[in-house]
Formats: sequence, C-alpha cells, structure tokens
Amino acid sequence: MLEARGLHCERGGRTLFRDLSLSLESGALLRVTGPNGSGKTSLLRILCGLLSPSSGAVTWSGSPIESLREEYARQLVYLGHAPAVKDDLTAHENLRISAVLAGISPSKESIQEALARFDVPDAPVRKLSQGQKRRAALARLCLSESAPLWLLDEPFTALDSKGTEILKELIASHAGMVVFSTHQDPGLAATRTLELG
Amino acid sequence: MLAIVRCMVCRELLLAARRRGDVATILLFFVVVTSLFPLGIGAEPNRLREIAPGVIWVAALLSSLLSLKRLFENDHADGTLEQMLLGAAPLGVVVAAKTAAHWLLAGLPLVAISPLIALQYGLAPALYGVLALSLALGTPVLSLIGAIGAALTLGLRGGGVLLALLVLPLYVPVLILGAGAVEMASAGAGGEGQLLLLGAMLAVAAVFAPWAGAAALRISSE
Repeated sequence: MLEARGLHCERGGRTLFRDLSLSLESGALLRVTGPNGSGKTSLLRILCGLLSPSSGAVTWSGSPIESLREEYARQLVYLGHAPAVKDDLTAHENLRISAVLAGISPSKESIQEALARFDVPDAPVRKLSQGQKRRAALARLCLSESAPLWLLDEPFTALDSKGTEILKELIASHAGMVVFSTHQDPGLAATRTLELG
Repeated sequence: MLAIVRCMVCRELLLAARRRGDVATILLFFVVVTSLFPLGIGAEPNRLREIAPGVIWVAALLSSLLSLKRLFENDHADGTLEQMLLGAAPLGVVVAAKTAAHWLLAGLPLVAISPLIALQYGLAPALYGVLALSLALGTPVLSLIGAIGAALTLGLRGGGVLLALLVLPLYVPVLILGAGAVEMASAGAGGEGQLLLLGAMLAVAAVFAPWAGAAALRISSE
C-alpha cells in the first residue's frame, strides 16, 4: 500500500502544494490533474523517490521509501516526461536494457510481443516519430504487468487514438495501483481524481 | 546484480559503437596534443626525452577530462538516468559500471597507443612498459574521480568549465605519481614505489568513488 502524508513541495521558492495526503490500495487508479506548473510531475517524482518533499513522507507498506530504496524501486515502474529511450539504440535494445536495469530478465519473444502490442517497428529510435518513441517507452509496461505500482507522467502525450486505447486497456487490466497525470480525462472507470493547483 | 553490471557496460560499448566518432576524437586529441610539444619547443632529442613523461601524462589527463562531460549528461537529457536511479541495483553499482565503460573507451585506448607516443619522444624501449603500466593504473583513477565531478556538475550551465576546475586539482596526485614513475625508471631507479602508490589509489578510488558519484547524482537530479 502506498501512503503519503502531509506532503509539502516547494520548487524555486514557490509552493506547489501543501499538506497533501493520499493513500492507495492495490487496484486503485489515481488521475492527477491540474494546470501547467501545478506540481503534477513533482508529485509523481516525490512518490517514486526521485525528489524529496520539503516536508512530509511517503511510505510503502508502512516503511518510508527512502529506507527501502532498491526494494521499493523493484515494486514500481516510473515513466517520466522524457521517453527514456536512447536514440542510437533500437526499440528492442532499449526495452531489453531498461527491463534488465529494473531487475527483470525478459525473453526475446516477450520483448517482441511487447513492441508488437504497441506496434513499434524495431528500428533505431532516432528514426521513429515522437508518438512511436512514446510507444517504445510504454512497451515497458507490458513487461512489468506484475509490478504493483505504476507511476506514469503524462503517458497519453503524443499518442494517437489507437495508442491511447492500448494504454487504457493496459491500465484498466493492471491489478496493482496506477497513478498517472494527464490533462484530458481518458474515461477510465473507477478513477479517483486529484486536482492540484 | 551482475546481469545489470554486464548490461550497463554492454550498453555503453554499444552506444559508443554507434557513435565511433566520440571515441576517435578522444584518441586523436591525445595524439595531437602530444605531437604539438615537439613542434613548439624544438626537436632536441634529450630535451624531448626529459619532458616526455610529463607531457604524455598531462595529455592523458586532458583527454580523459574531455569525455567526462558526456558520462551522465546524455542520459540525464533523455530520461534514462531516472531509470538508473530507480533501477533494481544500488546506484553505486550502476555508476561503477558506467565508469568502467568510460575507462574502456577513454582510458584503455590511451594505454594502447602510449608506446607509439613514447617512440615519438625517443624514450628508451625499456620505458614503454612502465609508461603503459602507469597509464593503465592511473587512467581508471581519472575516470573514477571524474565521475564524481561529472555527477556533481550535472545539469549546471557552464558545467564543463566548472567540471575542469573541480576535477583537475584532484588529478594532481595521479599526474605526479604517473609521470614520476616513468622519470624514476628512466633514471634507473625503478619507479615501483610510484606504481604501487598508483595501484593503492586505484583500489581506494574503486571502492569509494562510485558511491560518492551515486550520492552526487541523487542530489543533482532532484
């Protein structure tokens, strides 16, 4: 269970949010929304431990995430604003490396399957469009369906309607918790919404 | 854990293979800098032999520095660094793997080509081995110290100059010991002492530098 208590975030002398608390059970879906600069990305980075809050704490199954470190990292998938793929490598190589880094050792077939699901050509990422790059990054989710927590920062950006549908399906069928930030309501059932700003 | 180390080293080598120019630039820089000195101060053989260890070592320092900025910067820009921070292995292990790959790409080629440079300066053939050994022990230390500096200056404007100012003073002991080993050997006094000290520095840096680099990365990526 993911729990955040009394989160206070200050960036560049500006308070983004204060006294924010949330608690997520397995299976929960949380949509974070709010205007640009309202702290959506900061909140997600705090939740995954990349950013420390000015005050407050995030706990995973009762333990603070700073003390869990890699143990917590193994439970989650975080896909940030940047697609986190290397331009010089192919989609297949990118996916394999990011999976191994996350402690999974996927088979060649499962990687190909994941890429096929998002319809990503196995070419150097440099030759792909923005939307295809985003798809190549999102294919990670197919390999980490058992990870109990997904933190997705603007996952629908640059995706076409078909890509959006595939991602929505993945999120809806995920058994664990999903926190994602977006401007448009993707229309996913049983979504809680957290409005920032 | 070992799978992650292997994967990270292979990743860096693969990336370098796709951008061969980057590796060639470093090596060429080393060759060009060392070739400028005889042109600048004249080709008097005895004088060249005298300055050779110092010149070669300073050139090695500078070429190692040249490639440091890219150590984390590209990964920071495309978001892959965040995935490393959230990886299943401790960040220090990832930094160690990246630093090892940096040495393979920026240090090892210098070691390999050093006999040729030594020949250019007319060093006695008996000294080629000492020079290569001193570089083989010293350049990994440069990569390790440099990784801390690269992590600290990550994302800063004008970080390149700051990195040089930060790291070069820390390179001084390596320079003194490395060049000293060759000088002592050419004076007939062996130079084992310097090489042993370089080895000790390498052992200490290999243990501590990756963790210091990891801590610095966490700070600068916030």
